Amino acid sequence: MVDFAVSDEQEELRRSVRRFLADKSPSSEVRRLMATDEGYDPAVWTQMAEQLGLPGLAIPEELGGSGYTYVELAVVFEEAGAALLCSPLFATVGLAANALLSSDDDAAMKEYLPQIAAGELTATLAFTEDSGDWSAADTSTTATPAGDGWTLDGHKSFVVDGATAGLILVIANAPDGLSLFAVDRDAAGVERAALPTMDQTRKQARLTFAGTPARLIGTAGAGAGILARTSSLGCAALAAEATGGAQRCMDMAVDYAKARIQFGRPIGSFQAIKHKCSDMLVEVESARSAAYFAASEAADNSPDLATAASLAKAYCTDAFFHTAAENIQVHGGIGFTWEHDAHLYFKRAKSSQLMLGDPASHREFIAQQIGI
Amino acid sequence: MTVAEAPAASPTDLLDELRAWLDENWDPDLTVAQWWERLGLAGWSAPALPSNAYGRDVSRSDAVRISQEIAAYGALGAPGGLGLLLAGPTIATCGTQEQIDRHVRDIVTGQKAWCQLFSEPGAGSDLAGLTSRAVEDGDGWIVNGQKVWTSMGHEADLGMLLARTNPEAPKHAGITWFVCNMLQPGIEVRPLREMTGNAMFNEVFLSDVRVDADAAIGEVNDGWRVANATLAFERAGLGTGGTSGITPVVPGTIAGNLEKRAGDLAPSKSKPKATTSSQPAAPRKAPSAAAMLIGFAKKHGRSEDPLVRQRLVELHTLGEIGRLNAERVKAAKAVGKDIPGMGNIGKLSMSTVMRLQRDLGLELAGAQGMLHGYDEEQAAAVQAVVQDPVLPAVTTMSLYAQAPPIYGGTDQIQRNIIGERILGLPKEPGSNSKVPFSELPKNA
Repeated sequence: MVDFAVSDEQEELRRSVRRFLADKSPSSEVRRLMATDEGYDPAVWTQMAEQLGLPGLAIPEELGGSGYTYVELAVVFEEAGAALLCSPLFATVGLAANALLSSDDDAAMKEYLPQIAAGELTATLAFTEDSGDWSAADTSTTATPAGDGWTLDGHKSFVVDGATAGLILVIANAPDGLSLFAVDRDAAGVERAALPTMDQTRKQARLTFAGTPARLIGTAGAGAGILARTSSLGCAALAAEATGGAQRCMDMAVDYAKARIQFGRPIGSFQAIKHKCSDMLVEVESARSAAYFAASEAADNSPDLATAASLAKAYCTDAFFHTAAENIQVHGGIGFTWEHDAHLYFKRAKSSQLMLGDPASHREFIAQQIGI
Repeated sequence: MTVAEAPAASPTDLLDELRAWLDENWDPDLTVAQWWERLGLAGWSAPALPSNAYGRDVSRSDAVRISQEIAAYGALGAPGGLGLLLAGPTIATCGTQEQIDRHVRDIVTGQKAWCQLFSEPGAGSDLAGLTSRAVEDGDGWIVNGQKVWTSMGHEADLGMLLARTNPEAPKHAGITWFVCNMLQPGIEVRPLREMTGNAMFNEVFLSDVRVDADAAIGEVNDGWRVANATLAFERAGLGTGGTSGITPVVPGTIAGNLEKRAGDLAPSKSKPKATTSSQPAAPRKAPSAAAMLIGFAKKHGRSEDPLVRQRLVELHTLGEIGRLNAERVKAAKAVGKDIPGMGNIGKLSMSTVMRLQRDLGLELAGAQGMLHGYDEEQAAAVQAVVQDPVLPAVTTMSLYAQAPPIYGGTDQIQRNIIGERILGLPKEPGSNSKVPFSELPKNA
């Protein structure tokens, strides 16, 4: 049963994060960081951990976190999305930490999660390969038992923060089936090649493994289940991020429509422009409802999480993309320039639509769940 | 215009009181008129109205709970119609106590049925541009004009009439809200046939219709303000929708229900009389649009088509999001907050859903989507060919789907409202609001 009540604490969290991001992630910082290879400011990541406890917000207290729920995390992702924050947040918290928390591997959780919560370790999940299949059904990377551990051979692509992550979690085929492994940043036999992305605010890399030493996380053969749950949680995070991005695009469009004068009056007084903005509000508020529903299902450990997350991911990233595209249109020529920020949101929106499965694939998943 | 919120009674206390009252007062052998007299005067017909207007000052959500509880108890519910929905709240808010006693009593006791005489052929989205004219005559007025889209006009005792009392004032400043006797000779109600083939609505021609001095609710020439109160009640009502899931009984002298046995029109009990539970009965839910079309797609062998699957899930998604939006605004209001624009968003979203249902439904029907019965004979002929009871639901809904984007404020007006009142975008210039009405351009 979804509870949409917003607590005072959640509102205070939102205000704090928004203030922090207005200070640390203004447009100038986004542009500066997106032009670097590293793609984020380690000092800001440390501040996010030490001042606001963000990486560990939804990590249990006994593992070094603050023990809040996925709903609070959604608030953080929404604000991060609105600010186009360039940071390891999505890969580390939205993917890797969720994979660890879904692995049932207490030793691994005790080793890695406190470091993540403290802002001392960034991480990512490498599961897609060159084919771009997000279900990892066609995984070709293999894991071979080697002494007390394992070695990995193969490749992974579209790995978010793949070039900079301190910890790389990898989905590979072990003799018992798909399994989750951990590879340290300095492990032997790992090559990381940055992939040039349309959305330069989110870095991706292609990784190759040749006899790379790896540690099994969780039970051998449990990888498909861990990946499925992690994907759902990652989709819920993306949906919240997309909601924030869509809101910011609408705000930009409305502000411009009020300020820009043509034909002797603000362009927002023309119905064509006004109605575009109104349609954006419909999508933004609807996206918000979908994203917080998914977050709520995650917080409740609902058996229907996967369906809710797919619904939210499909709807919210579509909404983000529509509002981002319309934001460019409302701005006219200046919206097409590199100098204006509208394209940054457009590109983040498109990337978000495609990452973790495009909206059509999520709708097909929902079709199967609801018995079509 | 909001109705006063409940002061002290908790929902539990309220429903306990209601049940005790129903134990004492419900008697299926009463006539409908006798039952509604009891129900109305005890404040249970329209509990959200103020206590000086035959209500109990409860919140809208408590009012919904009350009507659900009455249905669950198996008693006949409050009278239906626009009297309770629109005229009662309007007069309670804007009328004098004498007008409240004269009109609202008959509304809550179901003695009088009401219709709305607002829209005109020349005044739809621009309602303030209405031209029905009320000319002073002695201490009353004589009204001439034409109204349109009047539902239940043929069964109404009284009408909520907007007429122009001062054509020389700017258009918003020369309108009066009158109570109009629908049973006088100058009123002609003509059914208006819609593209569905039905005549749910009427045209109403007013020829030398008389309204008395005390028929004006609010001040003369201040009717636009009163009309806006009515429209706000209409928007809120469209939002809450059917409360008990049961069609209310038509009140008034014409529908012929007043002398029937109350028990014959009461719903059957939906569950045993609950003496300890404080939970009202859940309203019966219609199957969702998506669920209906999923079954339809399977029946037509189209459910494996990837394009069909995508659009079915889009429909399902929109339905879910509509539900989630309603939950989210309810949660906000429960703590005294609001999400601006959700009502308008709901209406726009409904239009999108209806269009998708229409297009997907007819596409799934294939060639059969070209068949439709406009009367029982035609409908039977269609069934003989298709043998599928879902098809007429699909074609009927597809014809009706053009209405929601237009009624209750068109989609374009909704977007103007969102843009201007929620997002703060400027209005179009030159809105003619200061020019005397008589000088404004109009259709012939």
